[in-house]
Amino acid sequence: MKWDEFFVTGEPMIYAADVSIVLVSLAIVIGLTYFKKWGYLWREWLTTVDHKKIGIMYILSALIMLFRGGVDALLMRAQLAVPDNKILDAQHYNEIFTTHGVIMILFMAMPFVIGMMNVVVPLQIGARDVAFPRLNAVSFWMFFMGAMLFNISFVIGGSPDAGWSAYFPLASLEFSPTVGNNYYSLALQISGIGTLMTGVNFIVTILKMRAPGMKLMRMPMFTWSVLITNVIILFAFPVLTVALALMMFDRVFGSQFFTMANGGMDMLWANLFWVWGHPEVYIVILPAFGIFSDVISTFSKKNLYGYKSMVISMVAISVLSFLVWAHHFYTMGQGAMVNGFFSITTMAIAVPTGVKIFNWLFTLRKGKISFTSPMMYAMGFIPIFTIGGVTGVMLAMASADYQYHNTMFLVAHFHYVLIPGTVFGVLAGMHYWFPKMFGFRLNERLAKTAFWLIIVGFNVAFMPLFFLGLNGMTRRMYTYSANTGFGPLNMIATIGALVLAIGFVVLCYNFFYSFRHSPRNEGGDPWDARTLEWSTPSPVPVYNFAKVPVVKDEDAFWHAKKHNVPLYEEGPYEEIHMPNNSGQPFILGVIMFFLGFFLVFSWFIPAIIAGIGVVVMLAVRSFERDHGYHISPKEIAATEQKLRGDTV
Amino acid sequence: MKINDTLPLEYRTEENSNKIFGFWLFLGAEIALFSTLFAVYFTLWNRTGSGPTGKELFEVGGVIWETFLLLTSSFTCGLGIHAMRLGLKKPMMIFFIVTLLMGLGFLGIEITEFVNYVHEGATLQTSAFLSSLFVLLGTHGLHVTMGILWGAGILIQVGRQGFTPETANKSFIFSLYWHFLDVVWIFIFSFVYMKGLM
Repeated sequence: MKWDEFFVTGEPMIYAADVSIVLVSLAIVIGLTYFKKWGYLWREWLTTVDHKKIGIMYILSALIMLFRGGVDALLMRAQLAVPDNKILDAQHYNEIFTTHGVIMILFMAMPFVIGMMNVVVPLQIGARDVAFPRLNAVSFWMFFMGAMLFNISFVIGGSPDAGWSAYFPLASLEFSPTVGNNYYSLALQISGIGTLMTGVNFIVTILKMRAPGMKLMRMPMFTWSVLITNVIILFAFPVLTVALALMMFDRVFGSQFFTMANGGMDMLWANLFWVWGHPEVYIVILPAFGIFSDVISTFSKKNLYGYKSMVISMVAISVLSFLVWAHHFYTMGQGAMVNGFFSITTMAIAVPTGVKIFNWLFTLRKGKISFTSPMMYAMGFIPIFTIGGVTGVMLAMASADYQYHNTMFLVAHFHYVLIPGTVFGVLAGMHYWFPKMFGFRLNERLAKTAFWLIIVGFNVAFMPLFFLGLNGMTRRMYTYSANTGFGPLNMIATIGALVLAIGFVVLCYNFFYSFRHSPRNEGGDPWDARTLEWSTPSPVPVYNFAKVPVVKDEDAFWHAKKHNVPLYEEGPYEEIHMPNNSGQPFILGVIMFFLGFFLVFSWFIPAIIAGIGVVVMLAVRSFERDHGYHISPKEIAATEQKLRGDTV
Repeated sequence: MKINDTLPLEYRTEENSNKIFGFWLFLGAEIALFSTLFAVYFTLWNRTGSGPTGKELFEVGGVIWETFLLLTSSFTCGLGIHAMRLGLKKPMMIFFIVTLLMGLGFLGIEITEFVNYVHEGATLQTSAFLSSLFVLLGTHGLHVTMGILWGAGILIQVGRQGFTPETANKSFIFSLYWHFLDVVWIFIFSFVYMKGLM
């Protein structure tokens, strides 16, 4: 590493980024100091172990990353808008499609989904927090520091440039000599470990901490989807951990796993990556399915059609998700038998997914539908996602895939599943549960404006890519000549991308608008909803439930409202045991950040010191004797009185 | 806090029984992790390039000692938990100390073996086979190292505080981890060393 290569130089856009990073950091520091908010930030957020606050921090980080990934997307679309464009050179384009993919999947979709889980799941099952609140904070800070480590690659050392799938031998030291792919392996490693711990945490929470009477088959569908998602996380993420570790060994320590000589096997990487990578797709899509199920049932005023078949189809998807990975490289020559097997398993996934689509449609049938903003996203999702699904079945046919492979058709397909699926899902969830998080609803008019901009912009941006792909435009090509005829459709796609971007700006403006103008005091249940989280006051007190609810039916809160039966047993409040806040997860995250940073540059002595720091933090935690604190019945009564205006 | 006195000490509070369940799940993830490492090894074990093969490299002597030490340490670890269930602090601590010492012995032999390999010119960089061998064994060895540090920390806490729900819980979870390392070693012994020597 030469010192003059430490900072990325030579690009006006990079210098602009440097300046804006310095300015924003200064603004944050000065702002916090001026308004005397350092203590508030530390006490209420950085040290919190409250699942609701951790969830909000996840969602906030995801939104920031959505904009980072979104700017990458706009740069790509700008470059491709006209033939022979010169906005980006080939190297810069490579870096941008790589960071766009990594950030959107791992640092936008994942934290958004996990943020939703954090905010909602304990409330839906009648629990006071997740099973391991401290571990939950560690998960968050590992994710956050991993994301930050990945993002600084932009200005320090250079971004990864071998695609988000980082195939070898391209990603090897020989062909990608900058530190970019070291960032890739280490940043993903750090945040991946955080995700794995989230998996353990939520499985225990859902299986062990449900309110009395909430049998497994009475759980809200979102909770079911989160349970299944976390089982997938538990078995898929260790594969990523190994794959990234081997990548790091190859690049930093010169091992021979994926090399072209000395027995290395480059295809091993592709297999390991997709053994994790395909389940990962379902990790981000199943919770969205769960959100849509809850939203559609709430705003149709009906219980979910085919509850059992919903659960069975999700379990089927989770099993199949581990059996389809080779469909990502049909063209790499593993033979007709292997391709045939993976072709059939891939097409089989369409069956349980189809079952779910029909269940949603039957839930809507004869329902009293109200077109709120979350419901609009759910309504938009069903037809568009079906287009994504059907083109997926086209791609699943191994022989036909030789035509589609690595073309814009594929790019259009996965955006048609991930955006209406995951992104619409988390946006529906965000609008739906926003009053639960903050105590007021987002403005419906602005939310619907944003929705229409997003859905129209999305289709204009991605529909042309299907046709470009069929016409032979491959993905990841940074420019094309005018006589290919790709120009007009690319221009349309770029215009669509701009509309989509405006939609997201309106969506974010809505936060500020609603913060100023939305009515407060709408009570805990503004949507007249069905599940337990709506039985709590909004925003939710730190202990969630003053008394643990007793569940008698599916859609427990709806049951209690309609049959006018109490959700809670009679009797006085009991003392509530809560975990203490702690700064350790944050400090551990910071140390992990530096450990990763030093390893990126192969600075081994500082890395060893940081590694010792990690072990010391683990020991500190082991020797700590922290029994939490108790909230007295008197305090609970006072809080409930203030929030509900009643005495239970 | 709900306390169920009919259960063993380490299970009594809800929080502690959740921790044990959570650790079982974590071990599930560990199985996925080691399965992947084994899959990598099985893919690469014949791809020796210009480096030595397993047959030329492996020596039975050290491996038998490693196996003996680790399997016995798993047994003494079980005896330690048995003593804990009976409320016998001193025997429990002695069994745990024996366990950790045997773990250290195992590590000593493994490190010596690694040094020998490197002296024979078989390094991480030599061939794909050796890369996968070193990373598979090294990951297991790293787990043993972390286990020794962790176990030592728990021993100090048991020594200071005696058997409380917390220390009993930690000791029990540590024992699950230690037995798991033993299980992984049985696979390494069978499918790396025995298969390699055949």
